[in-house]
Amino acid sequence: MSLYTPSSPHMHADTSIAQVMSKVLLALLPGIAAYVWLFGWGIVVQLSFATLLALGAEALMLRLRRRPLLPFLTDGSAIVTAWLLCLSIPPIAPWWITAIGVLFAIVLAKHLYGGLGYNPFNPAMVGYAALLISFPAEMTAWQAPQPLDLAQAASLIFLAPPREVLDAVTSATPMDFLRTQLGLDKTVDEVIAHSPLFGYLAGKTQEILNLMFLLGGLWLIKQRIIGWQIPVAMLASLAIMAAVFHLYDPERFASPAFHLASGAVMLGAFFIATDPVSASTTPRGRLIYGAGIGILVYVIRTWGGYPDGVAFAVLLLNICAPTIDYYTKPRVFGHGDKD
Amino acid sequence: MKRELFSFTGGIRFDDYHKRESTRQAVVAAPLPARLVLPLHQHIGEGGEALVQPGDKVLKGQPIARAVSYVSAPLHAPTSGTVVKVGDEKVPHPSGLSAPCIVIEPDGEDTWAPRQSHARDYAEMNPSALRNLIREAGIVGLGGAGFPSYVKLNPGHNPVETLILNGAECEPFITCDDMLMRQRADEIVKGSLIIRHALGARQTLIAIEDNKPEAIAAMRGAVQRLAPEHTEVVSVPTLYPAGGEKQLIYTLTGKEVPSDGLPVHIGVVCQNVATTGAIFRAVYHGEPLLSRWLTVTGGVAEPRNLEVLLGTPVDELIRFCGGKPERCRRIIMGGPMMGFALHAHDLPVIKTTNCILVDDGRQPDLAGRQYAMPCIRCGACADACPVRLLPQQLYWYAQAGEFDRCQEYHLFDCIECGCCDYVCPAHLPLVQYYRYAKGEIWKRERERQQAELARERHEFRLFRLEREKKERAAKRQQKKAALAKETSAQGDAQAKQAAIQAALERVKAKKARQTRENTPPEQGDS
Repeated sequence: MSLYTPSSPHMHADTSIAQVMSKVLLALLPGIAAYVWLFGWGIVVQLSFATLLALGAEALMLRLRRRPLLPFLTDGSAIVTAWLLCLSIPPIAPWWITAIGVLFAIVLAKHLYGGLGYNPFNPAMVGYAALLISFPAEMTAWQAPQPLDLAQAASLIFLAPPREVLDAVTSATPMDFLRTQLGLDKTVDEVIAHSPLFGYLAGKTQEILNLMFLLGGLWLIKQRIIGWQIPVAMLASLAIMAAVFHLYDPERFASPAFHLASGAVMLGAFFIATDPVSASTTPRGRLIYGAGIGILVYVIRTWGGYPDGVAFAVLLLNICAPTIDYYTKPRVFGHGDKD
Repeated sequence: MKRELFSFTGGIRFDDYHKRESTRQAVVAAPLPARLVLPLHQHIGEGGEALVQPGDKVLKGQPIARAVSYVSAPLHAPTSGTVVKVGDEKVPHPSGLSAPCIVIEPDGEDTWAPRQSHARDYAEMNPSALRNLIREAGIVGLGGAGFPSYVKLNPGHNPVETLILNGAECEPFITCDDMLMRQRADEIVKGSLIIRHALGARQTLIAIEDNKPEAIAAMRGAVQRLAPEHTEVVSVPTLYPAGGEKQLIYTLTGKEVPSDGLPVHIGVVCQNVATTGAIFRAVYHGEPLLSRWLTVTGGVAEPRNLEVLLGTPVDELIRFCGGKPERCRRIIMGGPMMGFALHAHDLPVIKTTNCILVDDGRQPDLAGRQYAMPCIRCGACADACPVRLLPQQLYWYAQAGEFDRCQEYHLFDCIECGCCDYVCPAHLPLVQYYRYAKGEIWKRERERQQAELARERHEFRLFRLEREKKERAAKRQQKKAALAKETSAQGDAQAKQAAIQAALERVKAKKARQTRENTPPEQGDS
């Protein structure tokens, strides 16, 4: 019998991309549970629909690109993309919004760039940005915090309900609300104190969601699926920016706590900015990359034209990632300080 | 006082080191095989040159090959017998190729050649003589790399502060150094005193990973008895590759060996514990390196350590330990991280063989590589790299054939420990890519040098042709000039002669005319 003679090492850790992706999905579950509790079953409908669509699109593209189906369909990366996109758009967004977003992410942002591992931009965020620019009305009609049952949610998503029905179940996000009110010369404290939208730190629903994504994210760090650098740098820089401006003028600029508990911050910090393919990979590079995102999130939120800035901040830093990596190469063992 | 230790970055903590399996049984000598195959080249540097011919009778310990250069090592007959062949045989090498070997058929007598002990007088020998003794004993690094030991014992002008004995044995499965330290601690400590004498080192640190408490205790006992001063047994954290030379030096001293330098440049010399034991035997008993301890483990019924004569075929060892060589899927020489898979069952044990790891398809930790996916740049490899390289970038450039970039990212600092490969969730054969890139770069370097040489030769040839042409032209010129001078000289003479002749003629004619005028006319007007 001829012997098997592969190259060393002959031992491998029990790990795989599928394992990594499943852990990411698992870490999203607390946040998803909070969604269901706060908003009802809309998110579950969206996630199921998006998952099927993403796998279908992935299979089609793999077939077109003549890649083996099984290893790539089971690697979980398409599902992660689909879920992150769903968690970024309103839970009762019409089905075609989800469909366009998923197809954009999988076909364009992922496979046309070469598939898994080759996409320079975070596919979910490319899909989200495309949707936000193309369909701003649907994308900003956030669901009011009231739990819908499965039938209600499904009909809202798939049956194109009339405008009045939709208006009854949607409302501005707390951050949107704050922004418009600040535009009317109210102070931050006034707005937050006089609206039922707000809870302890920020939007009532948002602070809960952010807490849940934070918990999932911390678990990912503990599992060594993601490094601590990007989330910590992003949250720290966002908090520092907010603190500086809040100290300068607390009436016009919300507190760091408000910013940390608002919008897609925790989802962004632990699940989106940490997408390894499109992020920086050197230890110092990850700090710079995360910090850059945090600063941009604050800038876009405060002075930009969009309610939240995570998607654009991540995409902008995706562009910088290769350059950041190039200039932050670690000092190799035995090479002195200069190189 | 507890010694301060430094931790290198990265590294792997394995869940199961599989060391217990092979440490349960006492070490015994493996049975004498029918045939010993001894490759002339079983160390780093140049292979030896055979001193024997087929038909020669050899005694145990008799030199059968000599070192041919500074970095080379001699070879000795592991037992008495007859040389039956000097020529190419299959050798244990990742390439699977054949190489020159000496084949001995043992006579079973095991008759020693004369030996000389220096147990009493080695302290009076000068380091150079001591080094020569170790060189003639054929001792090379037994930890796996196989660098001729005496070369390391020559620090040149560099003062040596610390001798480090490497007993880390950080790869899973391997336990031969562990067993040697447990059972022959005294020999190792005595050997360390010999080395320290040769180096003039101030202190000795014996580093052992903390997953070997028995070895640590045995070595501490021996140090207490034999060298209570300036020698310390240091328990280092179990973290692969703690036994890598540069990693171990950093762990113990906090100093990094420069990328382009040697340990001795920062005042450190490292020797493996088994090498130290071999040096002891060479000096105290006059025994050259004829056998070594090695671990046979994995898919065998009785994993254990054996004392094995160099040249013993691997399949006999597997059989001796209750394994079935014909059922092996893969036989790894060395550890699971840095060892290489053998191309045949009956390849011989060489000086650097510390482990025979048998994969019979039922070892869950040796399951083999899964389908390779694309790199997702997760950076797990960079976190695991003990040298702080960026394996994901090296892989990227290696597969793209951008070898200049590989060098820019310090490919040649890679020690091929396999940590990046081990943790890669995409199951990429990273180390294989790095070996390939290194090979390509060497090839290009050689080609470049050859091209350079060819260019120089060509330019010199053109220059020579030009010079010869010029020389020829000059010569021709000279000749021509000489010829011209000669002909013109000849011409002058003729001209002179002609002139003289003409003058003579003229004189003659004049005389004749005068005679005619002076003579009265015979008839005339008078």
